[in-house]
Amino acid sequence: MAVITESIVAPVERTQGYWSGVARRFRRDPVAAGCAVLLLLLILAAIFAPYLGLADPYAGSMARRLRRIGTPGFPLGTDELGRDMLARLVYGGRLTLFLGITPVVAAFSIGTVLGLVAGYVGGRTNTVIMRLVDVFFAFPSVLLAIAISGALGAGIVNSLVSLTIVFVPPITRVAESVTASVRSLDYVDAARASGAGAFTIVRVHVLGNVLGPIFVYATSLTSVSMILAAGLSFLGLGVKPPEPEWGLMLNTLRTAIYINPWVAALPGLMIFVTSLCLNLVSDGLRSAMNVRD
Amino acid sequence: MSATDLAPVAPLPDRGGPQQPLVIARDLRRHFPIRSGFFGRRTGTVHAVDGVSFEVVKGETLGIVGESGCGKSTTARLLVGLIALDEGDIIFDGDRLGDQLSLRELRRGVQMVFQDSYASLNPRLTIEDSIAFGPKVHGMGEGQARRRARELLASVGLEPARFAGRYPHELSGGQRQRVNIARALAMAPRLVILDEAVSALDKSVEAQVLNLLADLKEERDLTYVFISHDLNVVRYISDRVMVMYLGEVVEIGPAEAVYARKAHPYTAALFAAMPSMDPDARTEEPPLAGDPPNPIDPPTGCRFHTRCRFAEAVCAAVKPALASVPGEARGGEARAEAHVAACHMLVAGSGHSAAGGAA
Amino acid sequence: MLAYLLRRLVYVVPVALGVSLICFMLVHIAPGDPLVAVMPLDATAEQEAEMRAAYGFDKPLPVQFGLWVAKAATGDLGRSIATGRPVAGEVMTAVGNTLVLAAAASLIGFPLGLLFGFVAGYFRDTGVDRAVTALAITGVSVPNYWLGMVLVIVFSVTLGWLPAMGAGPGGSRDWGWDAEHLRYLVLPAVTLAVVPMGIVARTVRALVGDILSQEFVQALYAKGLMHGGVLRHVVRNAAPTALAVMGLQLGYLLGGSILIETVFNWPGTGFLLSNAIFQRDLPLLQGTILVLALFFVAVNLLVDLAQTVIDPRIKRT
Repeated sequence: MAVITESIVAPVERTQGYWSGVARRFRRDPVAAGCAVLLLLLILAAIFAPYLGLADPYAGSMARRLRRIGTPGFPLGTDELGRDMLARLVYGGRLTLFLGITPVVAAFSIGTVLGLVAGYVGGRTNTVIMRLVDVFFAFPSVLLAIAISGALGAGIVNSLVSLTIVFVPPITRVAESVTASVRSLDYVDAARASGAGAFTIVRVHVLGNVLGPIFVYATSLTSVSMILAAGLSFLGLGVKPPEPEWGLMLNTLRTAIYINPWVAALPGLMIFVTSLCLNLVSDGLRSAMNVRD
Repeated sequence: MSATDLAPVAPLPDRGGPQQPLVIARDLRRHFPIRSGFFGRRTGTVHAVDGVSFEVVKGETLGIVGESGCGKSTTARLLVGLIALDEGDIIFDGDRLGDQLSLRELRRGVQMVFQDSYASLNPRLTIEDSIAFGPKVHGMGEGQARRRARELLASVGLEPARFAGRYPHELSGGQRQRVNIARALAMAPRLVILDEAVSALDKSVEAQVLNLLADLKEERDLTYVFISHDLNVVRYISDRVMVMYLGEVVEIGPAEAVYARKAHPYTAALFAAMPSMDPDARTEEPPLAGDPPNPIDPPTGCRFHTRCRFAEAVCAAVKPALASVPGEARGGEARAEAHVAACHMLVAGSGHSAAGGAA
Repeated sequence: MLAYLLRRLVYVVPVALGVSLICFMLVHIAPGDPLVAVMPLDATAEQEAEMRAAYGFDKPLPVQFGLWVAKAATGDLGRSIATGRPVAGEVMTAVGNTLVLAAAASLIGFPLGLLFGFVAGYFRDTGVDRAVTALAITGVSVPNYWLGMVLVIVFSVTLGWLPAMGAGPGGSRDWGWDAEHLRYLVLPAVTLAVVPMGIVARTVRALVGDILSQEFVQALYAKGLMHGGVLRHVVRNAAPTALAVMGLQLGYLLGGSILIETVFNWPGTGFLLSNAIFQRDLPLLQGTILVLALFFVAVNLLVDLAQTVIDPRIKRT
């Protein structure tokens, strides 16, 4: 018995937790890790754009419109108003990344709460929430985004609102199904049998087991969100000129494709590279976290 | 009854004395609605537990057997309050659940160990945190709860220093089930419900866990309700046995009496279906054929009549009540010691040809 | 199964009503007076009173919704502010053109997606598989409005092989089935086909890989069945899911073509929507969205019904 008492107060062997394992597996995936680094660089460049010694992204001159890529002083050429493309692309990342990522973050918060409530409480609450979600699912996402944005009118806030509304239903659906499956597991029943309240059980036993899959799903939506956000600006529904934003730049440069096509295609290339990286990082996370579809 | 005057999570005192059954379950009913359509209208009802009554005597082990879907797990979950009762009473040591006893208080006294040792432990919590969760919910401090968790790990045979910080996936099935037992004991319960708790384990591990359960019962003055489909294990561990069929009790009595007499044809069929290692011990009775009938629309009268080889007209028409089994030496001495079964053949004058005439 | 089919049909009613409600609300979430929003700018006081009475803008919202649905059910979606023509007529012409584009994109994207996915799934973890996987993820990541521009730059501006804009010679808005019109269809259809191709390829690759790793396939080999025989089993098991994914993608093509149509000046629903947005023509916006969303609901229903009929494993009761 003395041995056992000693054992009770002895320091406990700690084994590796879940997240350090995920980080290790993610680092071992060269494609995903490389894309994560590239994304990080894009984001840092966007945040610290004013300190990178770039030209003024708003200052144009009719005298130097649509210069080619590689023109001295304008490494990526100039746009239809003679503004430096490199500066506009770096600054453009600010709005495009913000407009693409924010709705997913907002929808992740709202959708997770809705899904947790629907999945854990069940019954009539579940029916009300999930049937509402079904109705929004009856719209293709592009159509819904354009419908709401089109009705609200152009603007950054309206674009964020409409994209958030687009992504809440799919995240809610995933959150609900994951929560419902965790809720039916015996450890939740065991926690209930210990007399814990619903809030404590969700905090201690449910949240940690559902956040991972919901998070992975949300990251897979970020690329779609980026493309949609830039698409709204492309249609004239998001950011207004003269702000640098990749979608809007692509639209205003459309007329220039006969004069200087490759400069005109640059903003789209940025959208493509960012969205590709987001998808590859999301895939890497999915396998690092062992989330099944 | 209030828990506030007790130290956090101390064992509940014995209030009713040894003669008071620890649990009296009276006419428990639980029906699950089947919902469908866009708004989830109720389109049917599963009679999972339909009028089940029994008692659990202090200090005994009550075994519950029956085919899957007979309502034994639902009965277990009703006893812990994981599922709300539709009708009936649960009386725990003299206090009725609802007016004299809150659900939270009941859960202090009754704990449960589940079949799936992996699904019953949160994969994101260490073993120690899983065991300490319950006491903390009931107001025990962090350090004290941790200490209790380690003490319990030691008493279920897992060295605390090695196991406390581990995650469930780093343990074997038998070790996990020991953790589940420790978690149940952390609440200092008086009744532990073991729902197929050893069924998924290897035979050798199963024996070790059964021995552990027997030791813990003695040390901690526990009462067990032991649910299993393995009749040999139930016989080994139980003082009394209850046989369920389609949400009803068909036979209940002392283990040896039930195993010797098999008064209800369903009990007999269940035992006949049990494989025996001894060729000479094989029964001539046909094993149970087919699946149980649909619990959404259970048969009239005796629910077993559709599969019973003794079935007669009366069986489909009249539901037999639990009646004492004739010829039992100890029958009728005390209610808890009685051997009863619900079959027309056991009641004289019931109208069944195998029963005697009017008494 | 008949009961399931019937219930599935009934289930569409509340969804369709919900869709209509969202479309109805579009005019009401727009800033400003909804009456002003749906009226021509030069409307007379008389017209204004007439509209107010017709749409019941002075009545409570549920009544307005009822009136609007009743009108929509008879095919009256209001009048375009910009052109003054009935919205329903404009939308129907545009839907026809969008369907042509979506059908062409399906004909290009689905067979390619099936082929790539099948090859990648069958030769899993080989160079072919990796190439197809890379192609598929590129396909889903590319902003198709940009891809359209790039294709125009390459095939119209640089090579001069194909026309860049419109649905026919001279910026024609009318589609016709002849060689000249078909040339105008190539670039937008190819652009639109890329995303569904990527998604179909990904799905089929996963499906085929899963089926091949299942035990029954090993049993087929053990029975001495040759590759051809095994393939037949794989196709039969993969078909229902692949069909469902393609059906859904067809639905998405109807909504997803909006940006492509803007890039190519294709006279479909996307073009209509982009005009409606540009001119803040809310009745036109509302009507177009309603028709497209109901179309999508109908496609979903058909896919579901078809799957029930095809897949022997789904015995829905």
